[in-house]
Amino acid sequence: MTARTAFAVIAFAAALIAPFVVHSDFWMGFLITTLLYAYMGMAWNVLGGYAGQVSFGHAIFFGTGAYTSTILHISFGLNPWLGMVAAAVAAGLVGALIGYLSFRYGLRGSYFALITLAFAEVFRILANSFEFTGGGVGLYVPLKIGWWNLQFPSKTGFYYLALALTCLSLAIGAWLENSRFGASLMAIRENESAAEALGVNAFACKLKAIILSGAMMGVGGTFYAQHYLYIDPTIAYGPGVSVEVLLVPIIGGLGTMLGPLLGSAVLHGAGELARRLMGDVPGLDLVFYGVLLIVMVRFLPEGVIGLLRRRHKPGAAHA
Amino acid sequence: MLELTILLPALINGLTLGAVYALVALGLTLIYGVLHIINFAHGSLLMAALYGVFFLNTGLGIDPYAAIVVMVPALFAAGYVLQRSVIGKASHGKDQNVLLVTLGIAIVIENLALALFSADTRTIDTPYAFEMVDLGIAFVPLPRVIAFIAALAVTAVLWFIIARTDLGRAIRAVAKERQGARLVGIDVDHIFAMSFGIGTACLGAAACLLLPTFYVSPGVGHVFVLIAFTVVVLGGMGSFVGALVGGFIIGVTESLGGLLLGESLGQIGIFLIFIAILLLRPTGLFGSRLS
Amino acid sequence: MLEAKGLTKHFGGLVAVADVSFSVPEGKIVALIGPNGAGKTTLFAIIAGFTQPDAGRVMFLGQDITFMAPHRICALGLVRTYQIVQPFGALTVRENIAVGAHLRLKSRKAALAFAEEVARQVGMGDVLDRAAAVLTVAGRKRLELARALATRPKLLLLDEVMAGLNPTEVEEIVQVIRAIRDSGVTILLIEHVMQAVMSLADHAYVLNQGRIIAEGHPHAVAEMPHVIEAYLGHGAAARLRARAGGAA
Ligand SMILES: Nc1ncnc2c1ncn2[C@@H]1O[C@H](COP(=O)(O)OP(=O)(O)OP(=O)(O)O)[C@@H](O)[C@H]1O
Ligand SMILES: [Mg+2]
Repeated sequence: MTARTAFAVIAFAAALIAPFVVHSDFWMGFLITTLLYAYMGMAWNVLGGYAGQVSFGHAIFFGTGAYTSTILHISFGLNPWLGMVAAAVAAGLVGALIGYLSFRYGLRGSYFALITLAFAEVFRILANSFEFTGGGVGLYVPLKIGWWNLQFPSKTGFYYLALALTCLSLAIGAWLENSRFGASLMAIRENESAAEALGVNAFACKLKAIILSGAMMGVGGTFYAQHYLYIDPTIAYGPGVSVEVLLVPIIGGLGTMLGPLLGSAVLHGAGELARRLMGDVPGLDLVFYGVLLIVMVRFLPEGVIGLLRRRHKPGAAHA
Repeated sequence: MLELTILLPALINGLTLGAVYALVALGLTLIYGVLHIINFAHGSLLMAALYGVFFLNTGLGIDPYAAIVVMVPALFAAGYVLQRSVIGKASHGKDQNVLLVTLGIAIVIENLALALFSADTRTIDTPYAFEMVDLGIAFVPLPRVIAFIAALAVTAVLWFIIARTDLGRAIRAVAKERQGARLVGIDVDHIFAMSFGIGTACLGAAACLLLPTFYVSPGVGHVFVLIAFTVVVLGGMGSFVGALVGGFIIGVTESLGGLLLGESLGQIGIFLIFIAILLLRPTGLFGSRLS
Repeated sequence: MLEAKGLTKHFGGLVAVADVSFSVPEGKIVALIGPNGAGKTTLFAIIAGFTQPDAGRVMFLGQDITFMAPHRICALGLVRTYQIVQPFGALTVRENIAVGAHLRLKSRKAALAFAEEVARQVGMGDVLDRAAAVLTVAGRKRLELARALATRPKLLLLDEVMAGLNPTEVEEIVQVIRAIRDSGVTILLIEHVMQAVMSLADHAYVLNQGRIIAEGHPHAVAEMPHVIEAYLGHGAAARLRARAGGAA
């Protein structure tokens, strides 16, 4: 316990001083991406890892968040910080809609994965077709640098914001592992009707999980839009984000508090390494992600965290 | 504005498209019916097959229809090996794992194509690409007529294999009761791989029929996988008749939707049907059994 | 406490439960027996809200619970166990039981502590941190019981918790069930192990092909000729009588 606390304190301290040590914009960008995906990986993990409802279309919440804050900012001059809140609300509402429909009609397993994918595609096509989303051209976030405008003059600001989001996601993970709500989600994942027999309102719990998951993704969407100052339908609703946020917890460890953070570090670290080795050919990084996904499911279904645990407690997995 | 002269060709266009969709969906529904798994890599395997046809044509000058004799066995082998050496091993008996592994395969194939062939959209030229057939009510491009007839023929062959051969009997036995099949001495893993191979071989045929009127790009599988799922879910997972009828419905929907709403919005119709069917009648219009 | 009236359930052409009425008085142990496929489990599923009956009503503590959702029925104090055990495999025994405990306890700490208490009550005190997936059959049966008990039910429906146990294990679980009854929980149990039914139940209903064909004290019921026939086939009672007569 004390060793773990000490490790956590050291890691947090290191994370806090990182911007003073790392001076290259490239590596700061790398850290920001890793932290953002650790956060969004936890968003997916809430629904897919803890509650066992695997989604293939989480970009729908990300994209909705990104478009919401951006459109409100462009059209109504809404401050992006408030836009971030609006993004969480909008993405949460989309989550409520999809969750209500899917769970009310008893959609499970592969069917749920497919329907989330279909919803994301519908939103992508819609975003492509409408005027107010900028259509296929996309939207540029007007450049007005200032922290009050959620546009930091250097990477450091975004880094600390991403770090805060990651800490928030860790807190959410810790809460899930030590609360009635989290216990209910895990029971649903393991056996839904047995959970109901013990008084768990599975429908309500799954609905809350998808709303929380969606709202978290929505905030991630705003972060992305403010950081890169541009979104289009493929970035927002395409399969890229959907795949990456599910890979992160699967690599790290499904349904665990530290899984997404570990997974994001491994995924992006290894991804960067692969890019250096194989050159920056478009698509090659995703080939690498795909191989990683297959290898993980085949050889390490419990993720990196499972590997670490097995190391620490030999034979514990088979006790 | 919507005169019959526009509507009818669109309708026939949709039917010919639907026949090929049905062929793609048949492969998927066979795999689902026997292995009870959702093969997410189905669309990207079709995309790979399309590239195969493309390079056979542009590199070796082989006619796309003649390429069937190469593509069907090639895709069969690819499917067999994939199931035996990757998917079957990684599933650990969990549906969710299969879904994730086939997603991984799809990502790999799709992006490998992107890395190797770039995002360009490619088409082939054939001497008969613009030949028209007069059907009395409308003129239809010859390749589409061929695709329609050939798709139905392949379906018939598939039906024959499943319904009339020893292999088919074994496949049906495994689909119904895998434990029992194992007990009577059927090599279930082999039958799984055979079914996966046959399901994938359908894509080889579909690719040859599609390319003369279609295009290939790394992302094309993504379009097809959702369409194929829509067809399969619409027709009922594991149902052959359902896949055929579902294919026609989706083909016509896309064709008419495109006419009425424009290309990009027209596709929404398909996804909305998909969502509605999943929600309201997940067993499909024709129930879900491998018939 | 529990009152079922005219319950009927069809599966396609099959009548699984046909016009079944019965009642369970507070503080008693009532047994539901009958041959395989009689419809006992289906009846439990209807009572606990998992299956909707085609006809009939279920009253619990004076309240109509016929079409109520399972989790609400559970909250009222009626909980079922599964014949085919349904453990939360990846969770530990303690966490499994805590899911039930959370029904009445919001705090995680309190739920885990109560789970431990319940585990000791059913003799699982020494496997608390083991994953449910690695338990033996007997262990899983106990876990079913413990999880249900942790919801602090007023009425406990037990579906063949003794099937597959050896005689010693049966004897242990009989003691546990008796202790649960003595603590004030009413029990309705499905059981094939007749010696357990005899020693536990105050009253028994016999179900055959979806219908109740007899009821009464377990000893009395077990002697009824048509009950014996239901179990052993047509003419069995007469043969048994003849053999008994020949031996005398
Ligand atoms: N979901 C279902 N769909 C179709 N038939 C069902 C279903 N559930 C049960 N049945 C049928 O209903 C009948 C009663 O089954 P049930 O499980 O209630 O019997 P049981 O008395 O519990 O038997 P056992 O002693 O073997 O547990 C059986 O014939 C069974 O096959
Ligand atoms: Mg039963």
